[in-house]
Amino acid sequence: MRVLAALSGGVDSAVAAARAVDAGHDVVGVHMALSRSRAQHRTGSRGCCSIEDASDARRAADVLGIPYYVWDLSEEFEETVVADFLSEYEAGRTPNPCVRCNEHIKFAALLDRALALGFDAVCTGHYARIVDGAAGRELHRAVDHAKDQSYVLAVMGAERLERSLFPLGDVPSKDVVRAEAAARGLSVSAKPDSYDICFVADGDTRGFLRSRLGERPGEIVDETGAVVGSHQGAYGFTVGQRKGLGLRRPAPDGAPRYVVATDPAANRVVVGPAALLSVDEVVGRDVVWLAERSGRRTDVTVQVRAHGEAVPASVELDGDRLVARLSEPLRGVAAGQSLVVYDGTRVLGQASVESARRAGAPGAGRRRDGVAAAGAAPRG
Amino acid sequence: MRGGPAAAAGRGAAGHLHSIVVTATYLDHAATTVVREEVARAYAEDLQRLGNPSSTHAFGREARRVLEESRESIAADLGAHPTEVVLTAGGTEADNLGVVGAFHGASEGRRAVAVTAVEHPAVLDAARWLGTAQGAEVTELAVDAEGVLDLDGLAAHLARVGERTAVVAVMWANNETGAVQPVAEVVAACAAAGVPVHTDAVQAVGQLPVDFAASGATTLALSGHKIGAPVGVGALLARRDAALAPVLHGGGQERGVRSGTLDAAGARALATALRLAVAEREEETSRLAALRDRLQDGLLALVPDARVRSAGAPRLPGHLFVTIPGTDADAVLFGLDAAGVAASAGSACTAGVTQPSHVLLAMGDDEATARSAVRFTLGRPTTERDVEHVLAVLPEVVARARAAHAPRRATAAAATRLASAAGAGAR
Repeated sequence: MRVLAALSGGVDSAVAAARAVDAGHDVVGVHMALSRSRAQHRTGSRGCCSIEDASDARRAADVLGIPYYVWDLSEEFEETVVADFLSEYEAGRTPNPCVRCNEHIKFAALLDRALALGFDAVCTGHYARIVDGAAGRELHRAVDHAKDQSYVLAVMGAERLERSLFPLGDVPSKDVVRAEAAARGLSVSAKPDSYDICFVADGDTRGFLRSRLGERPGEIVDETGAVVGSHQGAYGFTVGQRKGLGLRRPAPDGAPRYVVATDPAANRVVVGPAALLSVDEVVGRDVVWLAERSGRRTDVTVQVRAHGEAVPASVELDGDRLVARLSEPLRGVAAGQSLVVYDGTRVLGQASVESARRAGAPGAGRRRDGVAAAGAAPRG
Repeated sequence: MRGGPAAAAGRGAAGHLHSIVVTATYLDHAATTVVREEVARAYAEDLQRLGNPSSTHAFGREARRVLEESRESIAADLGAHPTEVVLTAGGTEADNLGVVGAFHGASEGRRAVAVTAVEHPAVLDAARWLGTAQGAEVTELAVDAEGVLDLDGLAAHLARVGERTAVVAVMWANNETGAVQPVAEVVAACAAAGVPVHTDAVQAVGQLPVDFAASGATTLALSGHKIGAPVGVGALLARRDAALAPVLHGGGQERGVRSGTLDAAGARALATALRLAVAEREEETSRLAALRDRLQDGLLALVPDARVRSAGAPRLPGHLFVTIPGTDADAVLFGLDAAGVAASAGSACTAGVTQPSHVLLAMGDDEATARSAVRFTLGRPTTERDVEHVLAVLPEVVARARAAHAPRRATAAAATRLASAAGAGAR
């Protein structure tokens, strides 16, 4: 196949491209320039957007003996991922920009452009497996659950799976990837992983939001409506957040308080005890389904955060909505997050969390089946 | 080394995306061209010779002899006096000396600098830096739709600030469009106000008759690697009365304005390449112009809505600069590269990202058009076969580039949906 290997400048995408070359594909390396004002050097744990990263990607392509290009997708990135990031926070929701990037950039703008230019598929260094099932291609968790990125890939849908290669899906651990990179003479073998949001300098999300949205001072209130603090912009808070509230007084009972809701219209942040965070019914919209559509599944697990644990649940598809009833309550489920539905290791589908509540009803079953916590998976 | 662009284009993914059998065609001679054999041989020998031209011993004297003979040869070929030849490490350095050196060498009252809006970054960015960091009052002079300097605008500008102007820079010929600028008229206009003129002749030398004395310019920049000498050697021709402050400080070589160990090997390489280029110029440029016209006509027949830029201006014989509606230059260049054709977007790129051409923006293009520009520049090795190669692969390359352009509109539509959804959500 004619394969476009997306090269971020990191070790994963470089080894993925190398494996695609080994598999006999005709591979061309492409580094996406996503930032409009790129820094010259890599700083902190950002790992894909500086000119130094582009240079690392070029060197990897040289070592692999494949052509290399830089594609400027900064306009698309700004208009979709960054704009969505800002408007979601502004609307009081908690976006996952890596999900949006996979949805709009990597498996949309990049893939579409690649197909138009004569490629058959896009290859990335994501940790996830594509399995040929009876009814088509299936997306599964990576063998290395700690690195698994199926959560942020679910949004791509089934059709685009047909045009994707994830050569790292079956590696047992990142150490293997690093060792393989070193053995291949790839200079990025020891490059640190990236965890931060690539377009947010220093990992300072609130500072980034402030610089783009402006300061909007307002009140922090408790669940009774009493004012307990102030903030510089409700958009800077996310449900479940405990740190950085700067509350003047402790709660009467001395228990820690969390953000339980943000009200962008009133520019208010509501805090309360942990108990208020527990939900067991989540409604999602913008459903993307990668499996056969069935009305109701009682034997699935759902995951609501990239690094979160999957919990047993039953899900019901209702038009363009998805309702998930959890077998045990989860804390800190914020609107805007992705909810991904798994059948064992297989991704069935995903939705954006619209609302979550404590329904109180017992779940479909308390059996915990199989899926361990996805540890510190890299972003992307 | 893997064997240069020809080998590189023939292996790997190049060619896989197209059915046409690939042999490499290099049509990017304005970016750089191959070192001529005569030059490479002499240069390799000179690199093995011992001696710093500034040393007083026999080795130094011999190196100095080579250097000065080269200087005389360069001067003779460009209508200059040997004293007027300041050897540099390339065109960018020569341009910086011509602009920054002139600004800092000018009298107190002359703090203004004017450059055409279509200058090469070596001039344009040097001028902008004078503005942002050195207190210069910088003006970018407008060009017309053909990319040629607007002389009326220059006259009006000089009437306002001519008395305060340290230097005016106008390139001899543009590196993107190939449009030849009215240097003589600029010199005449500036002379009245006592303003020195710097001209960047990096693209013109070897392609057009260049006579420094006759031009009346105060300084003129040239570069070796555009005419078959190695990268890393160039010169600034500077009249004796040019008031230049050095940009590089050190041992005071080259009239005290360009410090650094004298490069006898480079000087001879430049002189040799220049001598050959000047000697062959008439014959070679008419050959190139015919090939270029053949490429131009063929391209317009295949892509009728393509626009040849600066077609209404006098142009360098080997330049063809076209905008192709509905494409991004990088997609066209990708397709050409895969088919074994090396061309370029007009503008310099920043870390591999093609920027919209500042030349086309100055000519009045919108950003999308300025991103759709492809430059073919022919050179000494170019043959009829190269032209035919381009024309054979072009239709498919352009069709694919146009198809690749469509998803961008789809993304824009997604962005619009996001924006309206966000708006609804916020309310």
